[in-house]
Amino acid sequence: MAKLLHPFRDKRSTPPKDALQPISAVAAEAPQASLVPVLPPESVAVKEIKVETSAPAALAPQVEIAPNDPLVAYFLSEPGVVEIEKLRLDSPAVRALRGAGVKLAIPLISQGELIGLLNLGPRLSEQDYSTYDRKLLSDLAAQAAPAVRVAQLVREQQAAIQERERIQQELAVARLIQQTLLPKELPELPGWHLAAYYQPARAVGGDFYDFILFEDGRLGLVIGDVTDKGVPAAMVMAATRTMLRASAMRLISPGAVLERVNDVLCGDIPPKMFVTCLYAVLDVNTGRLIYANAGHDLPYRRSQGRVSELRATGMPLGLMPGMGYEEKETFLEPGETILFYSDGLAEAHNPEREMLGFPRVMQLLGEHRGETGLVDYLLGQLAAFTGPGWEQEDDVTLVTLQREAAPVVSVSEDGTQATSEPGNGSWRHLAELSIPSEPGNERLAMEQVGQAVQALKLSERRLEQLKTAVAEATMNAMEHGNQYQPDKPVAIKVLASETTISVRITDEGGAQTIPEAETPDLEAKLAELQTPRGWGLFLIKNLVDEMRVSSDATSHTIELLMSLEGEKDVSTTS
Amino acid sequence: MSAQHLEARVRHEPGVAVVELRGDIAAFAEDTLNAAYTEAEQQGADPILLNFSQVQYINSTGIALIVGLLARARKTRRQLLACGLSQHYIEIFQITRLVDFMNVFPDESSARSKGQISSGAQQSTHHPHHSNHHHQATDAGHLPHRQPGKH
Repeated sequence: MAKLLHPFRDKRSTPPKDALQPISAVAAEAPQASLVPVLPPESVAVKEIKVETSAPAALAPQVEIAPNDPLVAYFLSEPGVVEIEKLRLDSPAVRALRGAGVKLAIPLISQGELIGLLNLGPRLSEQDYSTYDRKLLSDLAAQAAPAVRVAQLVREQQAAIQERERIQQELAVARLIQQTLLPKELPELPGWHLAAYYQPARAVGGDFYDFILFEDGRLGLVIGDVTDKGVPAAMVMAATRTMLRASAMRLISPGAVLERVNDVLCGDIPPKMFVTCLYAVLDVNTGRLIYANAGHDLPYRRSQGRVSELRATGMPLGLMPGMGYEEKETFLEPGETILFYSDGLAEAHNPEREMLGFPRVMQLLGEHRGETGLVDYLLGQLAAFTGPGWEQEDDVTLVTLQREAAPVVSVSEDGTQATSEPGNGSWRHLAELSIPSEPGNERLAMEQVGQAVQALKLSERRLEQLKTAVAEATMNAMEHGNQYQPDKPVAIKVLASETTISVRITDEGGAQTIPEAETPDLEAKLAELQTPRGWGLFLIKNLVDEMRVSSDATSHTIELLMSLEGEKDVSTTS
Repeated sequence: MSAQHLEARVRHEPGVAVVELRGDIAAFAEDTLNAAYTEAEQQGADPILLNFSQVQYINSTGIALIVGLLARARKTRRQLLACGLSQHYIEIFQITRLVDFMNVFPDESSARSKGQISSGAQQSTHHPHHSNHHHQATDAGHLPHRQPGKH
């Protein structure tokens, strides 16, 4: 009965790819390899090889052969039985084999690759191996080599399956961690509407979001994205969330919270990983929003159909300690919406490899109307863009924060129903209107503004002046700002303070400029030297107490101010 | 409230061609208004009276159309009168100085009785800046009071 010495490392430890493929520990284990019956019992009885061990089933010590050992090249060039004693090779492997008491070594070669050695110690009879023995061993090796190779492959495959199962299990744990840490329900805040969507690209993602409700009624809002995916990302996300919550409870300022989390995270985060994160604190009573941003995608704010970015600068968390975070403040007015999101939305591609892109996300936000929720609308648009069969490239996370549009508030004597307006605590919101840009719709605007200010009990004359000014400003906005595109509405906001009515009329024509209101030259018009037109701005200016024009890249706003104290005099401009 | 299209009916009364207007004077009123004016013009050399009593809304484009009619009237030395304007639109006609070129009366009967005195309108056409404070319609007491020192 032959006993095989296992020449290389244990197969169960996965070898590096460039290492010599180790042979199966015991070739006979392989079901396809029937080494044992081939051997005549007396011929190669190596049962007692000289090994210092007491274990009865002990085998020869393992011999490691480096892939660059000269012996490997020798075996490949001289297949057949090799007498180790007679080898004249300067080789660590040869010395090791001799040290292990190996007399003969027969390389097992499969498809030109050395996959193992059949090593034999001295014969029990202490006679030399005969020619017959050598022939037998050589034949045996030729038959054994492919069988051993198959056994190796089977074992590798089993190991791969086990590895996959282990990863699956890890992922399940990571997913569980993540699901536990994401908010289970949305906070219910009167006057506010929150919505969230989270869809990782794989089993676990690097995105996260969180809501922190403070005792005083403020709401902390977090959205973040950990670089990397899978288990490491889930762990870092869990750590970041915990740190954010802990810091948020102790520190008030979002900038200070991010600064603290960054400092703590820097010591713990694996190298080359970092976290982008936006943290905002909302005062639900006033709409005041304070926020700081650690390198996360800028949230978008929609106000009167116009979309802008909420900018604040700061480095991602976990890159380097001691960073400062810019803190910004804004007020969310009734009807306004903020979209927080991760890059999985904007960086989605369609089948033509075109990216959805941040400008398009802004545009979609601006175009959204109230019939469907904003999250559903964006997901619908994303699906329409990517087409069916889209393989989600990155985690998609959306959080929307909407302040409900104020109903038309009838103003009580003490103004207690008032909601506040930034910069002036005494402004009350009377109405928010959205007028489609279609010819004739200025009449809708004038009637609706008329209703909104009904409770202010303007004199008939003042009311008509205001309505005509509103109609003219709305016409300008529909025609010059929005080019009469019905899908571009004119947004109108009606506000009142103790002393003044303010009507703000906003279009989406940022590129156009609003000219100065000039006094039309009626004589020139009557002489047909000038167009008969050009009365709009002139009328507005002469009907209200003050007209203010403001513009940005995407919109114009004309603000009409009318005093509630005393009547405006009829103005002529001779 | 949705926009009302303009309807115009031309009626010839002794000494005046009356254009009865009903609806809104805005961009889409252009053809109707011009056609009615042409029709009124063809009925003789009498003054043309625009009756606005059934008009609820005049916007800046409508003002431009009226300016256009005034320009036509001026070219042909035709007298153009207006009546039936609400207080608000009388004010608009003042702000735009249309009243300097167009006699404005409270209603059709006052226009017909006083409108025959064409000298007032012609005078105001020739001296618009001076007539601004002393317009016939103002004298008729149908315009809001103006505070002094505002001009």
